[in-house]
Amino acid sequence: MILEVDKLQIHYSTRSGVARAVDGASFVVPEGRIVGLVGESGCGKTTAVRAIMGVLAENGRQAGGRVVFKGQTMDEATTRRLRWRDIAYVPQSAMSSLDPVYTVGSQLVEVLTKRGTHSRASARARSAELFDLVGLSERRLADYPHQFSGGMRQRAAIAMALALEPSLLLADEPVTALDVIVQRQILDVLRSLQQRLHLSMVLVTHDISVVAYLCDEVVVMYAGQVVESGPVREVLARPRHPYTMGLRNAFPDLLSDALELVPIAGSPPDLSEPLSGCRFVPRCPFAQPACSIDSVVTGSDGHRSACRRDAEADTIRTAALDPRTWQRSSSFAMS
Amino acid sequence: MAALVELRDVVKHFPVTRSLSELVRGAHPAVRALDGVTFDVGDGDAVAIVGESGCGKTTLGRLMLKLVEPTGGAISFAGAPMAEITGEKLRAFRRQAQLVFQNPFDALNPRFTIYRAVVEPLINAGIDKAEHADRVASAFRRVHLADFDRYYDRYPHQLSGGQLQRVVMARALVLGPRFLVADEPVSMLDVSVRAGILALLREVRETMGLTAVYISHDLALVRYLCERTLVMYLGRVVEDAPTEEIVRRPRHPYTQALVAAVPVPDPDQSRAPLPIKGNVPDAREPPSGCSFRDRCPHAMPRCATETPALKPVAGGHQVACHLDTPTSP
Repeated sequence: MILEVDKLQIHYSTRSGVARAVDGASFVVPEGRIVGLVGESGCGKTTAVRAIMGVLAENGRQAGGRVVFKGQTMDEATTRRLRWRDIAYVPQSAMSSLDPVYTVGSQLVEVLTKRGTHSRASARARSAELFDLVGLSERRLADYPHQFSGGMRQRAAIAMALALEPSLLLADEPVTALDVIVQRQILDVLRSLQQRLHLSMVLVTHDISVVAYLCDEVVVMYAGQVVESGPVREVLARPRHPYTMGLRNAFPDLLSDALELVPIAGSPPDLSEPLSGCRFVPRCPFAQPACSIDSVVTGSDGHRSACRRDAEADTIRTAALDPRTWQRSSSFAMS
Repeated sequence: MAALVELRDVVKHFPVTRSLSELVRGAHPAVRALDGVTFDVGDGDAVAIVGESGCGKTTLGRLMLKLVEPTGGAISFAGAPMAEITGEKLRAFRRQAQLVFQNPFDALNPRFTIYRAVVEPLINAGIDKAEHADRVASAFRRVHLADFDRYYDRYPHQLSGGQLQRVVMARALVLGPRFLVADEPVSMLDVSVRAGILALLREVRETMGLTAVYISHDLALVRYLCERTLVMYLGRVVEDAPTEEIVRRPRHPYTQALVAAVPVPDPDQSRAPLPIKGNVPDAREPPSGCSFRDRCPHAMPRCATETPALKPVAGGHQVACHLDTPTSP
């Protein structure tokens, strides 16, 4: 395992109290694999990768749990030492990792000479090599970020992240704002990087079809916790947690015969309120009284689910395919 | 069925900033956002316009709502030429044709309560004040915002994205329009919320008998809303067909690439490699002939000299590609 996240707790102090954005999340990243972190907005996936990278917002702090990278428990000093050199981050908006007033090439040279050990000459050669790696022409090094299209900026941001030869790449929604064809080209770049450089990756996304296309493993988060994790084929073909089943039903599929999308009624809970038991209970059509008391993580062969009714997962999965199962509250309550 | 909106060879050019050398030469460069678009939207139909950023789909939506004027060609609404819709007729048209914005977070004034946001179109249209409360209430009911009146005094930042998108739709529906243009209505929303908004769009269209145009870059979503889809590339319609035909049997090489690029949530469905390379060219200098030719795996000499016209190939299926139009004798 290149990365182990163990019962991670990240708290944000806000005016309305403490928000437990990540509340006991555990998952692992095997060496050389691409792990997809999926869930709705506010489920804690971006906070989790920012915590691993050590770039939490000012009001955020690690309140518990640990992050182990290559066998070493991370603290502030090790995070600072490894950041960019061994663990790199591609942020949600590529524009925010590029400075508009410098050419993209000079920014790459800067990173390579100031943070890395390159001379200016070797940094220039390495910049050309990095551009080639992400499928950009060498002559575009002289361009400014605004001269790049959205897809090219994303490629440049990836080149920047790879500058110091990290072994783990954290990418936050790297293709979300892009058109499908460009999106596909970027996903193909990421896949070739994994294979050529033997990179390990964590890909944060809300798009399960991106996970299906690119990832080896998937970690499904809900309300700050991991509800299901395992190999992509297993989890998406035979989901065991009702939340994963709901997400799958709500997702458009170009090739399916079903011409109806089934929403999950309600919305995720307020994380500044004290919560007990399984957090999906208020939206779950399969919840039982015991579910509100506590939740248990079960499973084997790397496919784990945090549903108390995991033993009935096969029956529940069949029932979850029926849209009527999810229509308990068809009107949209505003609260 | 009669057409509600008809477009004939519509052209829209936007001037762009001139460089020094262009000033000296007296050149007037322009982006050809739309370059000869012809199609009809039947009364009561739901039509999707699909394409990548910069293909002209948003401009097309704005032209159909008379928010911008075409540079050339003609558009008509319910039989009346758009160019003649002015003055009192324009006010009536504004009541009948509405836009649902892309980003619900930007579409509402943050300083207006949600009641104010929805009543605004009634005030602008000069509807009798006595009717306001009832009409607002019925618009909120249509979008399934239960117990809405308790929230009339709230501000946009106090609502979730899904609730905001329902408010945006209530505002578009409050005047009882017959024509709706929705520009990426769900692209900013979470998956689970998105499914609910799509179901709602379908429902209001059916119950109110609306004619709708959905503008989207997402073919997978469009399938759930529209029977017919137009695919655009660099200001031109390259394929126009029933949505299921577009998805299952795309004929234009660009449409084939779009369909191949859409990721699917099933890891057992292996996706074909992308059949095209490169990026959309600069709209200021599109290639001669077929504007897709420099990315097309099937390009022939003819494609550089002759722009393919949109021609029927089967029932309700039109394609603008020389592969589908044998050389004329």
